[in-house]
Amino acid sequence: MLERALSGSSRYYKLLGVLLTLMAVGLAAYLIQNERGLTVTGMSRDVSWGIYIAQFTFLVGVAASAVVVVLPFYVHDVAAFGRITILAEFLAVSAVAMSLLFVMVDLGKPSRILNIIFYPSPGSILFWDVVALSGYMLLNLFIGWNALEAERKGTCLPRWVKPLIYVSIPWAISIHTVTAFIYAGLPARQYWLSSIMAVRFLASAFCSGPALLIALCCLIRKYSRFDPGKDAIGKLATIMTYAMLFNLFLLGLEFFTAFYSGVPSHSESLKYLFIGLNGHQNLVRVSWLFVVLAAAAVVLLLNPGTRQSEKMLLGAAGCVFASTWIEKGLSLVVAGFIPNPLGQIYEYSPTLPELIIAMGVWAVGFFILAIFYKITISVKSEAAR
Amino acid sequence: MKIYDGRYVISGLIVFIALATFPVWFNRGKVSPSPEPKLDTPAILEMVQKKCVLAKDEMRIGHMRLLDQWRTEVVRNGRRIYTGMDGKIHEMSFQNECLKCHSNKTTFCDTCHRYVGLSSSTPYCWTCHIAPREND
Amino acid sequence: MEANRRKFLRIGGTCALGLGTSKVWGVFAEDFEKPAENSKALGVGRWGMAIDMKKCWEKGKSGCRECILACHTSHNVPDIGNRKEEIKWIWTEKYENAFPGRLSGLEPPDLREKPFLVLCNHCENAPCARVCPTRATFKRPDGITMIDYHRCIGCRYCMAACPYGARSFNFKEPREHIKSELNHAFPTRESGVVENCNFCEERLSAGKAPLCVEACKEQNCEAIIFGDLEDPESEIRKLLAAHFSITRKPELGTKPGVYYIIQGRGHA
Repeated sequence: MLERALSGSSRYYKLLGVLLTLMAVGLAAYLIQNERGLTVTGMSRDVSWGIYIAQFTFLVGVAASAVVVVLPFYVHDVAAFGRITILAEFLAVSAVAMSLLFVMVDLGKPSRILNIIFYPSPGSILFWDVVALSGYMLLNLFIGWNALEAERKGTCLPRWVKPLIYVSIPWAISIHTVTAFIYAGLPARQYWLSSIMAVRFLASAFCSGPALLIALCCLIRKYSRFDPGKDAIGKLATIMTYAMLFNLFLLGLEFFTAFYSGVPSHSESLKYLFIGLNGHQNLVRVSWLFVVLAAAAVVLLLNPGTRQSEKMLLGAAGCVFASTWIEKGLSLVVAGFIPNPLGQIYEYSPTLPELIIAMGVWAVGFFILAIFYKITISVKSEAAR
Repeated sequence: MKIYDGRYVISGLIVFIALATFPVWFNRGKVSPSPEPKLDTPAILEMVQKKCVLAKDEMRIGHMRLLDQWRTEVVRNGRRIYTGMDGKIHEMSFQNECLKCHSNKTTFCDTCHRYVGLSSSTPYCWTCHIAPREND
Repeated sequence: MEANRRKFLRIGGTCALGLGTSKVWGVFAEDFEKPAENSKALGVGRWGMAIDMKKCWEKGKSGCRECILACHTSHNVPDIGNRKEEIKWIWTEKYENAFPGRLSGLEPPDLREKPFLVLCNHCENAPCARVCPTRATFKRPDGITMIDYHRCIGCRYCMAACPYGARSFNFKEPREHIKSELNHAFPTRESGVVENCNFCEERLSAGKAPLCVEACKEQNCEAIIFGDLEDPESEIRKLLAAHFSITRKPELGTKPGVYYIIQGRGHA
């Protein structure tokens, strides 16, 4: 099946070319970082995690969201999702690949990454996260590939794949729960020390993932002969709507506890984000952008007229994706470090090399995605013929 | 017997063989002198019995494993005392024990490491451990 | 035919892999003689420290940094020269930063303005050691929170976990930033690993007190007292039993091993 990735339209080759160029630029920036150390990033002893770990966190959510398609299709026989299940699974594969790469580029000693395996530490959540993510990537790769192979041959899914599918459902929940536990178990960081962290992560995952999938489905419909189906997109839109509302509700809960209790350490990070703390307000503007985008998404999604129009839905998906990206892919991680454990404020802003490396990792993910989607679409259009 | 795509198979094989044998024909006729690590440091010259913690052959083959074991014992288990094969007590410390005698990194460590094709940065002992002062 | 060839290749490949790896295993299998217990080391239950702040301020010369200098020069701690990538094992903070949330606003002015000595607390229940994905940071039986610099992958999870800001990351090669003369008896660190106060475990194993304690003693100040927290007869325990002391952020349950005596000996 792999050979289908090698032949395609000139547009497909152009896309791969652009992604490869971005990857090469990212790699060049990474080589500089590898040579000079993490000093080329904006991270500091006070804000010791930055945009890399924030991207990792956000993308684990995108990966976990495959379950909102897999669960209805395989467990509840929601036929509409039959056309996009494989797409969701391969999206998960590429998202996990990006997450793991983001962990990798964040390491001070990347050559020692296998120490996580050589010296397994069951007490460390990061260890479990690496295990969970690698397992989830393999599961989706196996399941997606075999489902596609079955479709090509016009046969049923091999019987041994079924149990893997059932395993992959709780596994998807687990990857984002474990990722939330990385944050939610640290006594030092009051902003993260919240037991609803895992639920918040899942809620934002189940809206940002479908948002991306809706956009990808529309792209596929526009540029290929394969149609993911209006029904599937409509169902994704419903899921996205509820998840987004729930996501914002949960964020509201954090505000309540922080401000009604009046405990300073609980509210300082939120204050830093939305009004600035002691004159430090690097993230205030982007936080309000989050509010505007989230509000726009809610308005567009709650109104059936706009939700059912494809253009408006795409706009809403864009708002959902961008707002959850700001919240999970930037401010959650950075604000956790501000103020620092000593009550001092040192701000963070990513540097150019850091942004280029992050862009390179995203390009790797989309390259993987493009290859998998090309194969999937070729097989599906052949099967349809 | 017919070979499908014979052209590609055979030309591929030729390229493979050329690449696989590259080191042989690239270095043909050249002889690298075998390394002679120097043992003429003041500390060693003063020793009556010129003995390391283990026999020469054992050290030659296994110094990296011994160092790794010492490292583990010191850093992780807090044990620092090692009894050498001569019954002498040694402190398990690369910088303070090994390098006390072998104070000639360039003419001892580097000669062999370079011969076996390790660059000066691998093994990367010296990024943290401070190389002894060499006056010459 | 097809199946047989496949099977043959599969079995052959497995055998070749087995033969190939047997050599590799041989390299790791052999073990050298086990080292002996350290006879010189001070036997201990749990190392701890008490800092008498009043004594530090009153008996120490004004602006005294001897303990910091002694530690940093001897441990080859670099002076990076900017706050962003600063590396420090022991340093000073204001009361409101060393004990955030404790400030009432009406305490004696010198308490608010004078420097507090801070360092790794070598917590009994250390979050940094708990979160480390490779066990590069670990608790020794004697209570020291130790970093294995050979194993650290530089993920900085421990820095996110430490409630005291006591961990420093080497954002670049530190050696060229060591302003004092290199101490040849102690290694430096390298770019990409996290570092931390080690309670001078290299000196404890030789039966000597930590450098900051010694430096303070040399100033005839003796504001830093070091000893076994589990031995009721130890000097530190007697001191803590006789004077009111506080630890940093006790509410987090980390059980710090560094105590601050605020009232001072002779004042109580």
